[in-house]
Amino acid sequence: MKADPMGVLVGAHFLDGDHACCEGALAAGCRMVFGYPITPSTEVVERIARRFPMVGGVFIQMEDEIASSIAIQGAAWGGKKVMTVTSGPGMSLMQEHIGFAAMTETPCVFVNVQRGGPSTGLPTLPGQADMMQARWGSHGDYEIIALSPNSPQECFDLTIVAFNMSERYRVPVMFMMDESVGHMTERVIIPESTEIDIEPRRLTRAQPSEDYELYAPEEDLVPQMPPVGAGYRFHVTGLTHDEKGYPVMNAWVQEKLVRRLVDKIRKNASEIAINQEFELEDAEVVIVAYGITSRVVQRTMFLAREKGLKVGVFRPVVVWPFPEDRIRELAGRAKAFVVPELNYGQVYYEVERLVAGRAPCRLVDHGGGALHDPADILKVVEEVLR
Amino acid sequence: MSQGEHRNPVESFLRMDRMPHIWCPGCGIGIVVNCFVRALLKSKIDVDSVSVVSGIGCTGRIAGYFKVDSFHTTHGRPIPFATGLKTARPDMNIVVLSGEGDLIAIGGNHFIHAARRNVDIKVICVNNFTYAMTGGQVGPTAPLHSIATTAPYGSHERPFNLPFLAESSGATYVARWTTYHVRQLTKAMVDVLNKPGFCFVEAIAPCPTIYQRRNRMGDGLEMMRFYREHSRIANGADTRSLDIEMGGEIVVGKFIDRDRPTYLEAMDEELSKRLGNRYVPYPTGVKR
Repeated sequence: MKADPMGVLVGAHFLDGDHACCEGALAAGCRMVFGYPITPSTEVVERIARRFPMVGGVFIQMEDEIASSIAIQGAAWGGKKVMTVTSGPGMSLMQEHIGFAAMTETPCVFVNVQRGGPSTGLPTLPGQADMMQARWGSHGDYEIIALSPNSPQECFDLTIVAFNMSERYRVPVMFMMDESVGHMTERVIIPESTEIDIEPRRLTRAQPSEDYELYAPEEDLVPQMPPVGAGYRFHVTGLTHDEKGYPVMNAWVQEKLVRRLVDKIRKNASEIAINQEFELEDAEVVIVAYGITSRVVQRTMFLAREKGLKVGVFRPVVVWPFPEDRIRELAGRAKAFVVPELNYGQVYYEVERLVAGRAPCRLVDHGGGALHDPADILKVVEEVLR
Repeated sequence: MSQGEHRNPVESFLRMDRMPHIWCPGCGIGIVVNCFVRALLKSKIDVDSVSVVSGIGCTGRIAGYFKVDSFHTTHGRPIPFATGLKTARPDMNIVVLSGEGDLIAIGGNHFIHAARRNVDIKVICVNNFTYAMTGGQVGPTAPLHSIATTAPYGSHERPFNLPFLAESSGATYVARWTTYHVRQLTKAMVDVLNKPGFCFVEAIAPCPTIYQRRNRMGDGLEMMRFYREHSRIANGADTRSLDIEMGGEIVVGKFIDRDRPTYLEAMDEELSKRLGNRYVPYPTGVKR
């Protein structure tokens, strides 16, 4: 289906990433947001608070991030497209409910405008150190989807993708911005609603009955969702549950359920993947970078090419699930991999695992608070080629 | 047995395929379940418009036994979940049924803020003075000097007085009954199903296995006797006077019944005034 025109602010705008993310949510059909202020994400909910009353939406500023992250799930089961918005410390508080969303298969979007950490860290400065938390932060085994935009335009475009994926796969989707992208102001083009594809809720085709199975999966391992208050009389629990939704405490039901929760993402990984590749055809050195760092390395690549070095860039736009197959392919022909990120090694270790010794891998770490100097990354590129 | 011959009328509201339930003999939670079903029957409410939300704990298991759309959420968070559900579906009647540890200790912040906002949800709190599911730790309402596994020499913390907390936070309806007072408890549940705003019912319940045994208070039947002999009905009592002491009097009754605009009503009014024609009203069910 196409976007509801009421939420689409058609035109060319001059917006920062936070504001663009808000417009992306509106275009995606989000009409219910629960949030709690935290730098550098607050502008997203401020704009939502201003815009929602004009589009028939409701924003509630909750008492904390824990409340926000579960209130969205109540609203999701109530039929709404929902998101919450936060930064590192708030994300830490939300972790239990990311697991609840994974376990109950509740479509919802978590926006994390990353700042430097750990703890209170650098509230007003960028970081990319929440990438592993986004994947593993809640207890237990599960899979999520994480996207990493690198511009205000992408904050708009990919927020829509995040909502669509959360509906398609019934998972919490992590929208991993960072302070630089959130506060960077650029031209953002918002197209006509007729040009925006929207994934509708996967509503059940089954009729209410005593035998209704809340979690009977379809072929792609994703179950359909019932409307609340329509007589299905379903039960949702964070406990291990059978297909009826009832709690069952044994290893067999656990195996069946959790394997499906993991497989519905892993087995659909190629459909979920979004990557960008720059000059990889002849590249001897592959720079793997995501989010704001994927823009910094454009300069590194330019400087390297000027010097005659064969350098290309691989950018996962969807970071989780990680594009494993593509990295393995590249490992068969590249001489080296260089992974700069605003942390002390997170996505780097994924690359190293997949390259599996076939080529040297080098991390260019950075504690956050600023971006890499493209020349520093170039130095590492030159070292690995020596 | 022919169909429906000896059927208890509450059965059609319960997930009989999940029986037997997990609760111990003499536990008060079953009485609360019964009272709530009878309240549904009495109020003649469309059951499909009712949803039950629970947290974690013995009382948290209630959601799993009610045959309505039911949500067994995380520890302490049924109130914010219910806030989301109610906001998305203002036409539905959202009931939070959970224990005092869940709602008042770990979930205490959500409790006071939902009451302050006057979110239109009904909160029924089973208060058995202990964390029973985890084996009997001290709870936020445990009377002074009561024995618990984590207060082996007696609790020295001042307990919360729940009706006072609910009233001062903004609840529109506040009552307390024990599980001995089944008719009054049922009536209070009928009241709140029909009352807009954040409504709070405290149901004091026995926990013979975990709480009473340690505090030498006897079995479930003895607690019923205790409730009969030590309760005093005082409708409209000042909620400041409702502290509960070990072995002391339990004041019960309906204490507060007042009207305040609900969260969505207040939002609708403010936005209509401020935005005029630019306001696209959210369908809150508010009569305009």
